Amino acid sequence: MEQLALASATIVIGIFGCVAWFWGSNWLLDRALPPRGANAGRNIGRAARVRPWLFLGPALLVLAVYLVWPVFLSIWLSLHDASGQRFVGLGNWRWLMADGKFRESMGNNLLWLLIVPAAATFFGLIAASLTDRLRWGNLAKSLIFMPMAISFIGASVIWKFIYDFRGEGQAQIGLLNAVVEGFGGAPQTWLTLTPWNNLMLMAVLIWIQTGFAMVILSAALRGIPEETVEAAVLDGASPLQIFLKIKVPQIWGTIAVVWTTITILVLKVFDIVLAMTNGQWGTQVLANLMFDWMFRGNDTGRASAVALVIMLLVTPIMIWNIRTARREGM
Amino acid sequence: MEGMAGTKSRLTWAVNLAALLLVVLWTIPTLGLLISSFRDRDQIAASGWWKAALPAEQNEIFRAPPPETAVPDGPLWVLDGNVFGEAGGSVAAFGLSAREPKAFAPGETATGRAGDTLTVAEDGAFRITYPEAPEAGRGDRIFVTTTTPPRLTLENYETVVVAQGLGRAFLNTFTVTIPATVIPILIAAFAAYALAWMRFPGRALILAGIVGLLVVPLQMTLIPLLRLHNAIGLDKGYLGIWLAHTAFGLPMAVYLLRNYIAGLPREIIESARVDGATDFEIFRRIVLPLSFPALASFAIFQFLWVWNDLLVATVFLGNAPDQLVMTGVLRELLGSLGGEWEILAASAFVSISMPLLVFFGLQRYLVRGLLAGSVKGG
Repeated sequence: MEQLALASATIVIGIFGCVAWFWGSNWLLDRALPPRGANAGRNIGRAARVRPWLFLGPALLVLAVYLVWPVFLSIWLSLHDASGQRFVGLGNWRWLMADGKFRESMGNNLLWLLIVPAAATFFGLIAASLTDRLRWGNLAKSLIFMPMAISFIGASVIWKFIYDFRGEGQAQIGLLNAVVEGFGGAPQTWLTLTPWNNLMLMAVLIWIQTGFAMVILSAALRGIPEETVEAAVLDGASPLQIFLKIKVPQIWGTIAVVWTTITILVLKVFDIVLAMTNGQWGTQVLANLMFDWMFRGNDTGRASAVALVIMLLVTPIMIWNIRTARREGM
Repeated sequence: MEGMAGTKSRLTWAVNLAALLLVVLWTIPTLGLLISSFRDRDQIAASGWWKAALPAEQNEIFRAPPPETAVPDGPLWVLDGNVFGEAGGSVAAFGLSAREPKAFAPGETATGRAGDTLTVAEDGAFRITYPEAPEAGRGDRIFVTTTTPPRLTLENYETVVVAQGLGRAFLNTFTVTIPATVIPILIAAFAAYALAWMRFPGRALILAGIVGLLVVPLQMTLIPLLRLHNAIGLDKGYLGIWLAHTAFGLPMAVYLLRNYIAGLPREIIESARVDGATDFEIFRRIVLPLSFPALASFAIFQFLWVWNDLLVATVFLGNAPDQLVMTGVLRELLGSLGGEWEILAASAFVSISMPLLVFFGLQRYLVRGLLAGSVKGG
């Protein structure tokens, strides 16, 4: 109860603080440079130059302190030793290049990058085109979209249950092993089965992200001009031909957006690996490696170097996004 | 013509079936966990959740009382009892050895090497007979296959909420989530308005910067921010995590809201300006109410993201019960009791219930936000 009271109080104070800043600073500005009286014209002009920064101020401050400055501090930290005291030059980077776990993580991240965005987009596209033709399409969409709302860690619990292993002869309670036994195979400890366990982890993210791809691609498919499809029907194209040769080429742009969005997510994937294998049995990825060095290794230098690698991998997409946004007149 | 109609209906069938397959594949994992969360530990271990509606079969070993307690009855010495004790249940099969635990059906009589016999009835009552007075020793082992009727229970939920501290964690999660959702919306809405409708030098640069910040990986910021929080005495606590979540949500918030607010009709805002309204009034009276759909979209996003977050909470909050959030509890449970599925399943369901409610209740806004945020940049 006490905590609830404290929580509500802090919520009110926090929100009130924000409102007070915007309202108060505007009020002060209007008092200092009143838009009436003798100097009204000059005051309005001056106030108009100041006011955008009052509106933008908190956002810029928070972004600068919490997102921009850390990038530079990370670069600095990556050139220093474990506690961030002593300058070690490129020592951490040399260690990184030689470290087996780092190589494994890079390899796995590459696998994730190749497989997850492709699979999620593929299934999303199929789900979108199937459900758009159904009377119960909206219900189907909701259900496929649902995993989006589930936390990565919750999803990990769900899937760990599916991969559960019991010795041969015991009743399998994991669905996958039950199916395998049903087909006469031998049950496996899926999560320790290098390299296939990587696929088992990827399945979780694919399961979560397919709904996202489906929603966006479904909107894009519905935006395709009817005439193009009708013309193809008149020319005698089969449904599959219409889909592959008429519809898909028209939504390449959206497919690219879905692909890059999932790609960024994949580079940051962390919870699933942490919860299901903690990087053991050859499943380490960069984000979890960074977490390991930060908390268990207590080495800010190496952890920062790994984080910077993730940043470097994201950068091409960042530049591409900025260029696209500017071209579209933002 | 008939042929074509036939193809068409076959195609419809195929589409329906394929979609059904996808839906089943995508819902079954969650369904499995949901059903498991209502079964007790023995049931979970005895059979897969898909058999929850069937009686569960279990192999058990019962040790009979020592032979010397047998009482003479006519020419024989007899030992009576019940494998279930007081509990009750039903026996599907029994046997004398571990190699053949299901050799006999209930009611049959099994004969051992020394001429002793064993009968187990369906209700668990057994009778062992010895042809002559047995020597003292350990009791005989009886292998029984029991079936327990299907049963669903809410006990797991009681256990996790009270004993595992999930109730407290639920509260903590709320404490993190609500301010971390509301504060970025407020800050971002003002910034978005300035970026959409005010003219000032550096605007394009700031916009480009925000699009760039959309993809900055969180991992990048954790160590510097932790050092910062320690340096300014914020340490691990709610204020720190609110600020962190606010910052991490801001680029998306500003981006989404700016796109929406920039799309509002120019005439409304121009005419308000002509009437002498200040920017603050325009924002409060016109822009804010009109932007409600975009605000709602972002609020849902941020809510789901903060509620489901593990990384930020692990880094910026402590491990004490008054700060541990639900994702953190789940992580600890996964680490410490890999085998106790009933606890894990119920805990996981408590933690995903809120996002699922929000998801099914406000799906329309969520979809709208996704489309606005992704179709352009992402």
